[in-house]
Amino acid sequence: MSKLRNFIYRLLNKGYSGWIFIVPGTILLALFVLPLFAVLMRSINKDFFNYAFSEQAFKALRLSLLTSTITTISAVIFGTPLAYMLAKWKFRFKSWIELIIDLPIVLPPSVAGLALLIAFGRRGLFGSVLSIFGVSLPFTTAAVVLAQIFVASPLYVRSARVGFAQIDKQLEEAAHVEGANHWQLFYEVMIPLAGRALLSGAILTWTRALGEFGATILFAGNLEGVTQTMPMAIYLGFERNLGIALSLSVVLVIVSIFLLMLTKQLEKHDQD
Amino acid sequence: MKRFLSLTLLLTLFLAACGTAVTSAPEVRALTVFAAASLTDAFTELGGNFETANPGVTVTFNFAGSQALRTQIEEGAPADVFASASGKEMDTLITGTFVTEGVPQVFLNNKLVLILPADNPAGLEKLEDLANPGIKLVLAAEEVPVGNYARQALDLMNGSFGTDFKDKVLANVVSNEDNVKQVVAKVQLGEADTGIVYTSDAVAAPNLKTVEIPTELNVIAKYPIAPLANSPNGDLVQAFVDYVLSAEGQAILQKWGFAPAK
Repeated sequence: MSKLRNFIYRLLNKGYSGWIFIVPGTILLALFVLPLFAVLMRSINKDFFNYAFSEQAFKALRLSLLTSTITTISAVIFGTPLAYMLAKWKFRFKSWIELIIDLPIVLPPSVAGLALLIAFGRRGLFGSVLSIFGVSLPFTTAAVVLAQIFVASPLYVRSARVGFAQIDKQLEEAAHVEGANHWQLFYEVMIPLAGRALLSGAILTWTRALGEFGATILFAGNLEGVTQTMPMAIYLGFERNLGIALSLSVVLVIVSIFLLMLTKQLEKHDQD
Repeated sequence: MKRFLSLTLLLTLFLAACGTAVTSAPEVRALTVFAAASLTDAFTELGGNFETANPGVTVTFNFAGSQALRTQIEEGAPADVFASASGKEMDTLITGTFVTEGVPQVFLNNKLVLILPADNPAGLEKLEDLANPGIKLVLAAEEVPVGNYARQALDLMNGSFGTDFKDKVLANVVSNEDNVKQVVAKVQLGEADTGIVYTSDAVAAPNLKTVEIPTELNVIAKYPIAPLANSPNGDLVQAFVDYVLSAEGQAILQKWGFAPAK
């Protein structure tokens, strides 16, 4: 209690320059908190569970979990070697490759969706080749996954690259002296040591994939059970039935908070 | 103390800037029009003409599916005028007292047509081909007025082409888009084989092929327009609505493929 009194006293004390930090900081914080609070308040009613457990919500949740999991697994399978090369090997154009990998993180998702459509659509630059083999990506669940990989996997590569880069060079040399080849070094030394960075990167990718919307709606369209993910159901629910949109939003907020807490925990362990 | 002074200075500057903005406001008047996505081209032209005729007035449009606009208005979006592609959305706003009863006027009619990419990848010739298995059909979602009209038309077609026609057609739907322009875009890109849109959209996209839907199987969309009850720009709003209903406004709408309200 005396701590609090002390704090208030310091705040009221004339000339306390802490205000310069507290006021703007609190305004920004309020901007994060108030909308989430409003969603929570409006969604709490007797119909919450009816909406949250409706068939449409269930299909959207199932599709979101399925696609984001495939996305995360793909990011790990294809992203780990890429991150490893970027962290440990020396080759030309490396900084350009790093820039390309970071690009989807800052690119508006609508640009990503349009680019995917122009590239892999039925009439797309490469999609027209695919269609010779009878493969057409747009409007399929595969398109949802592709959009998510494009937007979300760079987060994994980034985190993994940093994780690998932080490993002590002496350990590598020691392993070389012991006669370890590329694979053994990677599998027995690097992976365990970078494990937490890989895991937190994978969770970030998963969270981002769960929330993917802009690229998906352009590239994959919207069909219940096939391409309608949670964010899409929320967007369309907003126009049809605000209750569904609110309930699904709350579910996504809760899942996201849980995943972020998990990454926080991992980062904390990492620093210890 | 120095910090405090600079902060005060900044605040004073900010307030001064606000002050000048407030004093110069009356010369420029802004009108915000929420209009159905199908009206995009026609209303953009109408708005430009209205601005020319009323110096100092700027018309800002928000084009989207009527159902999306209706929700935005219900959630407090600052609109002066609402032009909807269906009476249903307007009625909902009347119930919510956002629009005064009896005020909305039907200002145009529209009907449905099938659009196909220029090279017609699925080889569609006639309306019945919609039920060909495996074609990629894009519709607007059921909540979007044009998506609702399309499904009504499919009900009518059940009478002519067999009772399972609608089910067969709906099985070909690969995406339920959020507004009619998205449907047009997907067909224009050639990603979809066909889509059901308004005749006005086909006029706005002349590079597309069309398959007409005969009148007895078609659905007439009646577009109502109304000022929002709480708009602070009452006189200006009425002037805009009057302009849309005037001979000049109607001529522009007809140029873009809409039929006059009758």
